[in-house]
Amino acid sequence: MDSKSLALQVRMKVLEMVHHANASHVGGAFSMADILAVLYNEVLTIDPQHPGDPHRDRFFLSKGHACSALYATLGLQGFFPLEQLDTYAMDGSMFLSHTSHKIPGVEISSGSLGHVLSIATGVAFAAKLKKTTFKVVCLVSDGELNEGSNWEPIMLAPQHKLDNLVLIIDYNKIQSLGFVKDVIDLEPLRAKFESFRWEVVEIDGHNHEEITDTVTTVSNNKNGIPKVIIAHTIKGKGVDYMENTILWHYRSPNIDLYNNALKQLGTT
Amino acid sequence: MRTAFINQLIEEARKNDRVFLIVGDLGFSVVEPFVQEFPERYLNVGVAEQNMAGFAAGLALEGYCVFIYSIGNFPTLRCMEQIRYDICYHDLNVKIIAVGGGYSYGALGPSHHATEEIGMLRTIPNIVVCAPGDPLESQRITTFCTNHIGPCYVRLGKAGEPVVHEDLAELSIGDIIEVKQGKNTAVFSTGSMLKYVCDFVNDNDLNASIYSFPFVKPINKSQLKEILESYQSIITIEEHQSQGGFGSAILEQANDLLNEGSIKALPKIKRIAINDKFYSIAGSQKYLREAAGLVLEKFYF
Ligand SMILES: Cc1ncc(C[n+]2csc(CCOP(=O)(O)OP(=O)(O)O)c2C)c(N)n1
Ligand SMILES: [Mg+2]
Repeated sequence: MDSKSLALQVRMKVLEMVHHANASHVGGAFSMADILAVLYNEVLTIDPQHPGDPHRDRFFLSKGHACSALYATLGLQGFFPLEQLDTYAMDGSMFLSHTSHKIPGVEISSGSLGHVLSIATGVAFAAKLKKTTFKVVCLVSDGELNEGSNWEPIMLAPQHKLDNLVLIIDYNKIQSLGFVKDVIDLEPLRAKFESFRWEVVEIDGHNHEEITDTVTTVSNNKNGIPKVIIAHTIKGKGVDYMENTILWHYRSPNIDLYNNALKQLGTT
Repeated sequence: MRTAFINQLIEEARKNDRVFLIVGDLGFSVVEPFVQEFPERYLNVGVAEQNMAGFAAGLALEGYCVFIYSIGNFPTLRCMEQIRYDICYHDLNVKIIAVGGGYSYGALGPSHHATEEIGMLRTIPNIVVCAPGDPLESQRITTFCTNHIGPCYVRLGKAGEPVVHEDLAELSIGDIIEVKQGKNTAVFSTGSMLKYVCDFVNDNDLNASIYSFPFVKPINKSQLKEILESYQSIITIEEHQSQGGFGSAILEQANDLLNEGSIKALPKIKRIAINDKFYSIAGSQKYLREAAGLVLEKFYF
């Protein structure tokens, strides 16, 4: 399957999951769907049959509320039987609606924002100590950058020359209660990271070629500098009534909106 | 409960121009009426709970009565040191409001299961720890918090909890509420377990008493003494780990009353709480309460 088809399937699966479970956070799942599809299809080396292989690349999802897209990606890539996702957020299911490390292929639980970059930085540090070469990729949201806890590893990583660490920011410009620029404007974001001694690349987070090229290039560049990819994205990407809205951080599509969304995804 | 809270906070803010509300990028379709009426006494500080708690301490130093609002573990565990050292040590007028107590957000997983915060907060000097049992208790607790000078914590449920009390007087610090008068056995409930307890006792026609504890700390000593002397057996129930929570508070105080000679004997005390365990399965609040054993059984009575 090519990444475009995978991303489409991920969105369709997510839609089904949130509709079925009456669950929130579809907007943030759709804004990162392309990034996940490309990472798992083209960039990361992780054997779905051996998700515990010590040499695997590591992917850490920090914005745990959007886990439906990660679960869908992992399911479609064969980490577990896809039909298990029918239980998403249901009574007794291990598929919690925030990332659960009990799921094959998931590195760490997340759901409280601003935790995971510290963990990924620790893993990148350990990888250097052990002289192993796997990639460490961590994805955070823009609202999450409000958390001071993120800025602590952002200061630490360049200090220890963690060039094996790639941070991706899903910059969809929306957080829970408003637009990022109205709550805490992150701009100038590139300059912030540059002044913190990171190498910065800005991309269109829905352009698959750009995602592949950028992640591959920066993670091969062993220059002693951690890398951040600012991915400009659209919250709710792919479904017109969800795109760029705060409402679809919360809402779950009813049957009519679900069918409408499926149709839109299928024809774009 | 959260609606009862925000409506009452609006009432309080009309009377008291020191009331200020801070949210940590949460409160969609809850806080809007407050924001509309008091735009100058509201701030979204972003997803940044440690900053929220410290910032609130600053506002309180300048005389504001500051309410900080977020989900379960975020305005509590995440900023515990700011609560202890900045807010409680300086005895500042900050009210910490957590929505989604216990397993209210069951399907969201352990990040959102607020099941340890009472135990942690209860050990800190100066703070009043509240867990109202229904929307009316939430309303009264909101008034209490506004008038009480000093740190308070309020554990709320989410939306849609049924009203249990037909009527409820204003609450004073530590008050225990008698919900139903019975014999031999009394159930002590805190937080939103109350409705379940009432339904269980009524549905099974049990002649037991029910008390609601909107305050976990402090608990009115003479009231507690009187109650302990009136029953052979007590059952405590809470949506919290068994160590350090509400049941622990009752055991401690009962023991202290006995030790200082204020009561002659202890009733049998059974605690219903979470048994030192994380639940990493999704589920509704009801499902997870049952999975964690937060249920009454007829043979307890
Ligand atoms: C520590 C913490 N505080 C608050 C929340 C509640 N919360 C969930 S998502 C979210 C913000 C959503 O915006 P963003 O982080 O930008 O995510 P995205 O737009 O990618 O969905 C908030 C405040 C949380 N999960 N963790
Ligand atoms: Mg965002």
